[in-house]
Amino acid sequence: MDTTPHPAPPDDRGRLAALLRLWPFTRPYRGLVALTFTAALLATLTQLAVPLLTAAVVDGPIAAGDRSGLLPLLALALLFGVAEAALFFLRRWAMNRSSLRIERDLRDALYQRLQRLPVAFHDRWGSGQLLSRATTDISTVRRFVGFAAVFLAVNLITCVVVLVLLLVTYWPLGLAVLVTTVPLTFLGLRWERRYNIQSRQVQDQQGELTTDVEEAVQGIRVVKALGRSGLVFDRYDAKATVLRRMQLERVRTLALLWCIFELHPQVTLAVILVGGAVAVNTGALTVGGLVGFVALFTVLLWPILSLGFLFAFAQETASACDRIGELLDEPVTVTDRPGVRSAAIGTPARLRLEGVGFAYPGSADPVLSGIDLDVAPGETVALVGATGSGKTTLTALVGRLYDVTAGRVTLDGVDVRDLPLAQLRSVVSTAFEDATLFSMSVRENVTLGRTDATDAEVDEALRVAQAEFVHDLPWGLATRIGEQGLSLSGGQRQRLALARAVLGRPSVLILDDPLSALDVHTEALVEQALRKVLAETTALVVAHRPSTVLLADRVALLSGGRITAIGRHSDLLAEVPEYRDLLAQDSELADAGFAEVAS
Amino acid sequence: MSQPADRGAPPAPSPDTAHNWRGVATEDTEELSVGAGVFLRDRSRRLLGELLSPHRRALWGLLSVITGQNIAWLAGPFLIGVGIDVAVPALIDGDAGPLAWVTGAMLAAAAVDTVLRFVFLSWSGRIGQAVLLRLRRRVFTHVQRLPLSFHERYTSGKTISRLTSDVEAIEELFDEGLDNLVTAVFSVLTIGVVLVVLDPPLGVVALLGFPALFWVARWFQRNSTAAYRRTRQTIAALIVQFTETFGGIRAVQAFRREPRNDELYAVLNEDNRQAHDRAFWLIAVFIPAVTLIGNLVTVAVLGYGALRVMDGALAVGTLVSFLLYLRRFFDPLQDVAMFYNSYQSATAALEKLSGVLEEVPTVPEPTDPVPLPEARGELVFDGMRFGYTDRVVLPLLDLHVPAGQTVALVGATGAGKSTLARLAARFYDPTTGAVRLDGVPLTLLSDADLRRAVVMVTQESFLFSGTVADNIAFGRPGAGRAEIEAAARAIGAHEFIAALPAGYDTDVSKRGGRLSAGQRQLVSFARAFLADPAVLILDEATSSLDVPSERLVQHALQTLLADRTALIIAHRLSTVEIADRALVMADGLIVEDGSPAELVAGTGRFADLHRAWADSLV
Repeated sequence: MDTTPHPAPPDDRGRLAALLRLWPFTRPYRGLVALTFTAALLATLTQLAVPLLTAAVVDGPIAAGDRSGLLPLLALALLFGVAEAALFFLRRWAMNRSSLRIERDLRDALYQRLQRLPVAFHDRWGSGQLLSRATTDISTVRRFVGFAAVFLAVNLITCVVVLVLLLVTYWPLGLAVLVTTVPLTFLGLRWERRYNIQSRQVQDQQGELTTDVEEAVQGIRVVKALGRSGLVFDRYDAKATVLRRMQLERVRTLALLWCIFELHPQVTLAVILVGGAVAVNTGALTVGGLVGFVALFTVLLWPILSLGFLFAFAQETASACDRIGELLDEPVTVTDRPGVRSAAIGTPARLRLEGVGFAYPGSADPVLSGIDLDVAPGETVALVGATGSGKTTLTALVGRLYDVTAGRVTLDGVDVRDLPLAQLRSVVSTAFEDATLFSMSVRENVTLGRTDATDAEVDEALRVAQAEFVHDLPWGLATRIGEQGLSLSGGQRQRLALARAVLGRPSVLILDDPLSALDVHTEALVEQALRKVLAETTALVVAHRPSTVLLADRVALLSGGRITAIGRHSDLLAEVPEYRDLLAQDSELADAGFAEVAS
Repeated sequence: MSQPADRGAPPAPSPDTAHNWRGVATEDTEELSVGAGVFLRDRSRRLLGELLSPHRRALWGLLSVITGQNIAWLAGPFLIGVGIDVAVPALIDGDAGPLAWVTGAMLAAAAVDTVLRFVFLSWSGRIGQAVLLRLRRRVFTHVQRLPLSFHERYTSGKTISRLTSDVEAIEELFDEGLDNLVTAVFSVLTIGVVLVVLDPPLGVVALLGFPALFWVARWFQRNSTAAYRRTRQTIAALIVQFTETFGGIRAVQAFRREPRNDELYAVLNEDNRQAHDRAFWLIAVFIPAVTLIGNLVTVAVLGYGALRVMDGALAVGTLVSFLLYLRRFFDPLQDVAMFYNSYQSATAALEKLSGVLEEVPTVPEPTDPVPLPEARGELVFDGMRFGYTDRVVLPLLDLHVPAGQTVALVGATGAGKSTLARLAARFYDPTTGAVRLDGVPLTLLSDADLRRAVVMVTQESFLFSGTVADNIAFGRPGAGRAEIEAAARAIGAHEFIAALPAGYDTDVSKRGGRLSAGQRQLVSFARAFLADPAVLILDEATSSLDVPSERLVQHALQTLLADRTALIIAHRLSTVEIADRALVMADGLIVEDGSPAELVAGTGRFADLHRAWADSLV
């Protein structure tokens, strides 16, 4: 998305700083992280014991034919062998314990933060983008903390220790081994980097493919209705073919990488054999020494080979940290002012908008400006306006889903920003245009804002919204609905959302085109029931239809972000041409009798 | 399971078992991956077989390559042993020949090993990618072909994950797992043989570790099957909670849902941690156990081998190669544990994919279609019934719509209006009877002819990523800009499109290009207008328009419908006014039939509806 801030590719210092952002999250588990590291280091070092002991056996008891000398060495080898396994276990245990908990904490923290970021932020970010940060990126961090970070340190230490041991055992051969590791390290780092870039490209392309799949599946009705399966398939196929090409390039790099990994140790072994044989010949090295040398060298391989991957992984983690940090750093702009105290808000309350203006963050053009509106307690005002005139935005200002950028909104004379958010949002209740239901029981969906509602209150709300169909669901109010449950029709969803909004007598009720998905019959029934609720609460109703407008005492006409007319429906119809244009049925199309009623 | 009790999961049978759909019904049940070890279910195995069958010869080639590579790879330790036993003593005797020979052999083996490894990796990669591309194409095409009834009950989320994460799970296996697995299995087998051949008594000692190894592996496989399945479930639950929260963030914040969500999410997150902890715990036990067994065997071999060397029954070099082989024997086993998860995910994915592929496209294209290049638009529903297995929706329907007539369908929700419309668009086929277009049953029309003649505009006006112009052109690919604009003008959408940041080139998925529900509806009307069908079906297509837009559309419809057949479903009676004929439906039957004016004047249901509607405006 073009509006998403993209951090510039940071230099290595930036990468380190990004990684250090994690530091606070490791605090409760630092002991465990240290244990992981220690166990990993000791385990790697105990691996050295077996080769060294093998050498000792060859040179000692075997050379001397000393059977009794064998036993202590074997006992030692056994000890180290068991210790190695125990340390492996210890490392993994400590790693699981710490890294999975760090992952969990980070995920909780991110979720909690995101929930409190203003709606304006969520308008800017798709939930898909947030999800990939909360899952993939955080898992990357977990693997880094538990694995890559530890082994980056351990492997560097191991390399040094083993090289020193090799040099000590027989320095000319040790030097030869050291020299052979130079091209290996160089090629490894280079190709592993390339491999990583290619993997990233593959991931991006998979994302592209996902978009196509989503559209083809979600738009299946359109595709079928117009018979465009071929077109959709061609689009998908072109991307899938590109993905295959990218994958093949990546596989090629991987194959090259593996070749180096295969070739290098074998060539080096040949070098060691020749050099070792010569050394044994000259007496500079024992046979056991040669055996130990070979064995030590095999221990060195994985630490060298893994360095490239580990560095690449560290970089990937730094990018992941940047992406997570970006969200954690996002300011919570809609929040309680310091020292706010709850105030007495009546039911119904007086709602006033005084010189209210609003512009989306980063946009110079205000969506709303100079709005003055006084809604008396118990009054219902309908908002009418063409698409894009700012009706929905205006309603969102009352419950502070957005904060005004000019003027103020008051409830019973108190600025909504001077009320605690929790109180404000419990006295203001909204039914949104798109009826959002969650994967949970009907009851929990309806009592979303008022978990303490009694059964009688819930039944009452369901009756008002004509949503009593829920009693006929397989498990009644306990039936799970939404994404992971029973799917409901648009009209059913809308009625449940309405029930949710009217539950528990809010001081201010906001209904955003609440009846759009209902059939004529149900609509009439809902209107009837709704009138009683509206009589007892202050309400703003966004309306597109005359029938909805008639729920209101007064109507405000929004045009170009301003209220251009306000008054009774019949008066506006008579006096304001723009209003007539918006709400009157076209007399040319409607039958004469109906046109008469509407005007 | 510490699922929060109030998430509404009914204690009684889950909905999935209530509907025993062939193919996908068993998807979420527990016993799914019981055999998910090496034993794929028949269905998955068949799918795998089908996918691999074009590559049968290449697979034999691959097998010989990996055999050759393994032999070259196994030569290394053996040659080291020979070097120590033969070449070093020979050198001490002043003969450098054997050393040169052994070193040369080592380098040659290394070269062969490397080249074959490269061939194996890139070749198997190519085959893997070919298989995946075929799988992607096949599943995608199949899903497109499946009837709407499938999509409605299977939900888009599930279908999307079949096509994305499941295919990717198989991709991942090909990617990191498969060559590891093949190499590991192969080298374990060959090394086992080599060990016994190299020195039978030592080989027997080494093989003593086998039963323990087998037992540990079996334990791991049994437990991790369940453990990993659980991790997939917990992460899925976490993702649902996450996407629902931020998809519905306005409702979340407006209803102060944040603290409760924090709790729910924390529980799911902790569940997920515990599930992963369990799976990782199994690895944390398995890998050290393999290491321990390996080390014990190594010590035993070292001790017994040393004794045999002292007895002169064994050369030192042989002992060294033996120990090196032993290491190569145990290491791959640990690798196998590391990617067991991706192997299992792939198995589960294959199982689900084969389920979807087994679904029958119940609304297939005819093999021998009747050509209908120019439809007039006469629609006949002839003795038609339609129902699902458990209930009848349309008991018996006979209806004749002459070409060019505009018919409005009216009735309460569930009266069967949409079903009728969908049958006319052949989204479903009737259970008995037929729907005929110009005398030809829809089932005998090719998809191309049918879709050119009949176009349906639905309530949800879906827009594809791309520009506004692209979306309109979806109605007729290849249409020029002038035709696209003409369609938009005809429908009254030109003004708002021209006012968008980049006009017709505005990307609808970008900010600034996001259209309101009404605007999207207008775009899909323009799309249908451009398609220029003989029969146009509007399924509550004007419901999300505001009055001015609806008026525009109705003006447009009058010209648009003048020379074509139309079925219009609308719950706004104003839409009905433009119809030549109105049908009132109740319980799947047509209960009233006449011109709107006649019906309003009458005493039937339509008159009642009309009155109720008019009353609601007072």
